[in-house]
Amino acid sequence: MTTTLASSPSSSPAAQSVDVAPSRRAQLWARARRHRPFMLGLALLGAIVLLAVAGPFFYGHDPYAQDLTRRAVPPVWYARGSWAHVLGTDALGRDYLARLLHGGRVSLLISLAVVLISGSIGTTLGVLAGYFAGRVDLAITFVITASLAMPSILIALVIVSMVGSSLTVVILVLGLLMWIRFAVVTRTATQQIRALDYVAAAQAVGASRWRIIFGEVLPNVMPQVIVVATLEAASAIMVEAALSFLGLGVQPPTPSWGLMIAEARSYMFFSFWLIAIPGIALGLLALAINLVGDGLRDLFAAGSRN
Amino acid sequence: MTRYLLGRVALALLVALAVSALAFLVLRLSGDVALAIAGEGASEADLQLIRASYGLDRPLPVQYLAWLWQTLRGDFGSSLYFKVPVSELVLQKLPTTMLLGLSALCFGLLLAVPLGVAAALWRDSWVDRLAMGITVVAQALPTFFVALVLIMVFAVWARWLPVSGSGSWLHFVMPTIALGYYVMPPFMRLIRSNMIEVLSADYVRTARAKGLPTAAVVLRHALRNAIVPVVGLAAVQLGFLLGGSVVIESVFALDGLGYLAFRSISYKDFPVLQTIVLLLSLLYVALTTLSDIANVWLDPRLRSA
Repeated sequence: MTTTLASSPSSSPAAQSVDVAPSRRAQLWARARRHRPFMLGLALLGAIVLLAVAGPFFYGHDPYAQDLTRRAVPPVWYARGSWAHVLGTDALGRDYLARLLHGGRVSLLISLAVVLISGSIGTTLGVLAGYFAGRVDLAITFVITASLAMPSILIALVIVSMVGSSLTVVILVLGLLMWIRFAVVTRTATQQIRALDYVAAAQAVGASRWRIIFGEVLPNVMPQVIVVATLEAASAIMVEAALSFLGLGVQPPTPSWGLMIAEARSYMFFSFWLIAIPGIALGLLALAINLVGDGLRDLFAAGSRN
Repeated sequence: MTRYLLGRVALALLVALAVSALAFLVLRLSGDVALAIAGEGASEADLQLIRASYGLDRPLPVQYLAWLWQTLRGDFGSSLYFKVPVSELVLQKLPTTMLLGLSALCFGLLLAVPLGVAAALWRDSWVDRLAMGITVVAQALPTFFVALVLIMVFAVWARWLPVSGSGSWLHFVMPTIALGYYVMPPFMRLIRSNMIEVLSADYVRTARAKGLPTAAVVLRHALRNAIVPVVGLAAVQLGFLLGGSVVIESVFALDGLGYLAFRSISYKDFPVLQTIVLLLSLLYVALTTLSDIANVWLDPRLRSA
């Protein structure tokens, strides 16, 4: 902005008022700081991401190293616990905190990858349906309606078990299954944007369809896509955990929170913390993401100029 | 109304057809039926023989039409593992899953209605914040983890309920809670926002101005109108519950469709899986169609649209 001002000394008062007014991003941040659930979610999410990404570099234990002489050691707050293993060890004597941190990486990786795949598919279909209307819309709406009817968890279980379960397969299957909400939301948003003046103005100037879709529609549906992406990221984490829990997701010895709960099931009557720790971790991560998603929805809704 | 009805049913039939094709495709593309029939380690010659005799060497569209024709006549094939007709197996398990789905739905509504109404009545107060807090937390807890916690609390420590299995109504208590709490949040949010809208409507103000007691206004005028859109959500959620029963039924070894599906996955029992996927999808289509029709019937303003 300063360079523009410098290069055009005869800047109008309008341009100066734009310069003085706080940017939209700054306004958004100012509103966000007053939204307490959002800030709580953001802080929690930041802490979890930091722990999962950086934690393993500082916490030296190997999540795969078994030590059969130190099996099912309870966490440090139990009488039998020790600082050698802060969260204890699992039934094979592997350090539980190390597995928890690495499992967090798996959850975060899956949620990001799944949302990237499903978001791209869903947004493409939704924007196309919303922009072109008519037959394109009819066809895409029909696909959405039919896909909604399918029991997605069961389908995911079936495909993963038939194709063979691995991290990549889980990501691909969930990515291909979870696009629906993106499509539904972007379709409606695109229909609304299409009727707005700036799209008509772009058309009048002679902008091509694709120029309008990429230049006008996509940037303006992005806030809604981001909200759906956050909420779907939480769903992806939950579904992956459920698949891994049923033995059809991430395969051992890779640590995944759902798998850790499954592996601890036969010991849960004696060592309930083996289940409680990954369970609470899952709950906290989903809670943080949902708080951020709900918060973003409020913030974007309050800030929209449409 | 008749025109709407006919159009809606025609659409439902089209969707059902598409769903049947999807269900067929997903299963056929993800696994080899011949291998599932022959078992691991079958020779290539055996596989060829099976493909020829079951018609698996024909092009997929032809196989789909043959399967569709059989299915429409009520022949769902027989289970590869249990060696009985699939229809018999599925009909035997369906009531358990329906019962679980309905009771979970009722449990979810039982929590959601009071929470939603209270949150709307005392909007922006601590009641509202508490209700919203409960829903956000409920949404974040994985169902299978809650199921295990329930087992620890009610079956292991308190010894009130059986750990797993099926047979008596006691076996349904924990699965109902574990499945039902998860559908509470969307209902609560919907009821809350509807109630807020309805409470500011003219007829509610009139009823209040008439001097009717608050309870009468809330129950007779506001809630009745706020609950109409819940019907549509209930249909969607029931479909979701029936599909989501796979996880919960497997945790509790509750002998319904979900548990059958879970076991069929490990046996690679294609006919059973195909039928369950088809049945659950068709149930969803039927439920949403019925709820759409019910909504129009409940709210005549929608008829002209």
